Amino acid sequence: MPQPTITLNIFRYRPEQDQEPGFQTYEVPYRRDWVVLDAINYIKDTLDGSLSYRWSCRMGICGSCGMMINGVPKLSCATFLKEYYPAPVRVEPLANFPVERDLVIVLDDFMQKLTSIKPWIIPKEAKLLSAGEYRQTPAELARYKQFSMCINCMLCYAACPVYGLEPRFLGPAAIALAQRYNLDSRDQGRSQRQEVLATEEGIWDCTLVGECTTVCPAHVDPAGAIQQAKLATALDWVKGVLMPWGKR
Amino acid sequence: MSAYRRAMPSTWWLRNRAYFLFMVRELTSVPIAVYLILLLLMVRKLAAGQEAYEAYLRFLATPGMVAFHLLALAAALFHAATWINITPKVLVVRVGEHRVPPALVAGVNYAAWIVVSLLIAWIVMRG
Repeated sequence: MPQPTITLNIFRYRPEQDQEPGFQTYEVPYRRDWVVLDAINYIKDTLDGSLSYRWSCRMGICGSCGMMINGVPKLSCATFLKEYYPAPVRVEPLANFPVERDLVIVLDDFMQKLTSIKPWIIPKEAKLLSAGEYRQTPAELARYKQFSMCINCMLCYAACPVYGLEPRFLGPAAIALAQRYNLDSRDQGRSQRQEVLATEEGIWDCTLVGECTTVCPAHVDPAGAIQQAKLATALDWVKGVLMPWGKR
Repeated sequence: MSAYRRAMPSTWWLRNRAYFLFMVRELTSVPIAVYLILLLLMVRKLAAGQEAYEAYLRFLATPGMVAFHLLALAAALFHAATWINITPKVLVVRVGEHRVPPALVAGVNYAAWIVVSLLIAWIVMRG
């Protein structure tokens, strides 16, 4: 019996020769245990070495191989061909980002947003090393743990129509990470992060479509993080009105 | 060499079910706003006297107006239900290391909604 095959329609853009991007069709062997990334690696190795894409760990940890697969943002290392076979599979670079080349997106905007929320522990007063570690109870850990699971794969940005329409929007992953540090008992840097978070292009641009949470491969629930940040910020405002003399 | 920017089509909200339902939820504000205008007009007619008020009630009883009110009711119910379904995302209640189940948080909201609705219905129907 001949080896069954599956068709991949892959987005191609080579800026040195293409004015406009297009799609190229590849016929690859179909195997039940292959994910989309396996098929793309097969193309790169045996059919067309010019195809460009990002990948690394192939086990859902590095967050490099996010692509639009039949229009849905997914990790290509965690998306099996058998979910689509025998229909063809359409592979495109992550939506809402500029395309550098083929399936490679420009992620500078995301990187800049990620650092803007100061994703590190900011203690009120730094302790000397000799004073020992910052201790934390399991209950304190549980408050932020879910938001710390982000792998920076940017699927949530590709799923967010607000980010697509308003690229200034801080976006799901950056806000979830800000919330992760704000909820950490060792951190007192919330007022510094609020300068970025509690703005129109921060949390208030979010209209809660909720697709960021649906596509998240690490079950971070960025939509929940954003709404919780909105509630906390609204409570700040109420406190400021009721007790204008109080320190924020 | 420059990066290629893909424009977002104006039909983006037809791309998947979640986007579509989001848009439906946003659009529920339109029938609800029209309903509120009709309600304000009723107050105005009430102030204008019994005749004007009764004429307005007859206008509201026309089939078109009844159909509109059913639409506005459906919109308000959809908006309220989706709102309550979101509450567990916003209100994270913790007992020690454990999180109170989201369904319980939403359930309490649904129960409160029903109690308040029954209370208002009782006040209105009583007179």
